[in-house]
Amino acid sequence: MQLDNLYQEVILDHYKNPQHKKLSPTFDAQVHHINPSCGDEITLNVTLDSRIVKDVSWDGVGCSISQASVSILTDLLIGKSLDEAQLIADSFMHLMQSKGTEKGDENLLEDAVALAGVSQYPARIKCALLGWMAFKDASMQALAKRK
Amino acid sequence: MTFDAYAITKDFPILGRTIRDGKRLVYLDSGATSQKPSVVIEAESNFYRLHNAAVHRGAHQLAEEATDAYEGAREIVANFLNAAVDEIVFTKSATESLNLVAYSIGNAEPGNRFHLTAGDSIVVTEMEHHANLIPWQQLAARTGATLKWFSVTDDYRLDLSKIDTLIDSSTKVVALTHQSNVLGTINPLDEIIRRAHEFGAVVVLDACQSVPHMAVDVKALDIDFLAFSGHKAVGPTGVGIFWGRAELLAELPPFLTGGSMIENVTMESATWAQAPKKFEAGVPNMAQAVGLGAALSYLSKIGMENIHRHEVALTSYLLNGLASISDLRIIGPATTELRGGSVSFTFGDIHPHDLGQYLDSQGIAVRTGHHCAWPLTRKLGVPATTRASVYLYNTTEDLDALIEGVQGAQKYFGR
Repeated sequence: MQLDNLYQEVILDHYKNPQHKKLSPTFDAQVHHINPSCGDEITLNVTLDSRIVKDVSWDGVGCSISQASVSILTDLLIGKSLDEAQLIADSFMHLMQSKGTEKGDENLLEDAVALAGVSQYPARIKCALLGWMAFKDASMQALAKRK
Repeated sequence: MTFDAYAITKDFPILGRTIRDGKRLVYLDSGATSQKPSVVIEAESNFYRLHNAAVHRGAHQLAEEATDAYEGAREIVANFLNAAVDEIVFTKSATESLNLVAYSIGNAEPGNRFHLTAGDSIVVTEMEHHANLIPWQQLAARTGATLKWFSVTDDYRLDLSKIDTLIDSSTKVVALTHQSNVLGTINPLDEIIRRAHEFGAVVVLDACQSVPHMAVDVKALDIDFLAFSGHKAVGPTGVGIFWGRAELLAELPPFLTGGSMIENVTMESATWAQAPKKFEAGVPNMAQAVGLGAALSYLSKIGMENIHRHEVALTSYLLNGLASISDLRIIGPATTELRGGSVSFTFGDIHPHDLGQYLDSQGIAVRTGHHCAWPLTRKLGVPATTRASVYLYNTTEDLDALIEGVQGAQKYFGR
């Protein structure tokens, strides 16, 4: 059924076993983001090594989409350069706005293409983007600190 | 008159719709907004078709007809609440009504009985919807008055044990909900009203979840102000009601100023019309008020006692059905004793968003999240819940579908 497009196995796996869901004791920047319409919350730490994303860790409460999305993000972005991370984030955001017309670039997005179904459920887009907006915020703060 | 829920569903055109893959619409979100019977849809559109003109202005026939229709709706609302006609103010919503009374109180000058300063207190409760919390919170911040509140017990009731310290000689306003939109809890008003009136404080009742579902008599309750929204009472969106005792409305300063609400205007000053006009600036939401009149007439014809009885039966059926599901925790009283038809719950570790999404795939509409009562849900340690709310057009079939859906979600998410 159509719901299966939304809740793909990859998502449910990440929800059951969220990656990097333990806040690092040290960090370059820590942010706290909330989705005010539903109560999804996330705290996210970013540590940079020059312009490389050295570490991303997080904690939070929320629906399977929001939790899986940030879990997938950590797998995808750790070890990438900030420029690569930006490219990936932009591509993901574009996929979320695609209203079901796109499948996403698997080479670039890897597991994140599993969230393509979200674009057909507008009410869940904010859930999928929660972690990504937090990462954007944290990485900008981390970069600013280094300047 | 016997209550025939199936006949009633036929009055609501939207209930004939299908959802997602051709599923029957099972609408269990009336706590957010109610569906509309054809008579209301027609009343509103017929106003535009046949009687539309600016009320209280103009000496022509259409203006007379529009004014009669608008004032006729006001009379219907007054009768519905057992109030006097001039005590009924049309606003755009309960949120606006509650903002109105808070801002008006804030506008009161020294010498006016409503004047608020540091040293005064405003008392609310921990279970308030944001609309009956934030205006008071902000008023307290602006005036220096202290905000105090009744807390919620683990049994989902108001903790009245500290009533003597909460309501005292400093208290000017006590604002509370008649029925919680999250818990379904119906608050016992007598003691609170008695204590408030002992100290000359006014009682503001958020009746959004009560007026549409049961007979509410403002005289019998002995309250001072009341707010409810038309769209939750099978009426149109964009119309709400603010009721106040005549002598209080006389002294309360206006909120929105402009046309209609004046007596005399010069470049540098204005005097006010009497209530209710004092609180109805501008050309009003006439078609919506007429629609609300039709809505309350529709409900009265069925009988509020009958509607209430039907809902109590449904709520009881639902509470029992959900209680039999393991891992399902009802966030609210477990029986219909002083408890209305908003049933919020958690279900194992399936997040409400996901549960709501699955139920949606089965045609079932519920609400998920904090339901605009964030302090309450935080206090109870449940950042998000799923809420089903019943109304006159729901049937046990709807509730069976919900229960089946919840069990189906458990299988789907494998938890």
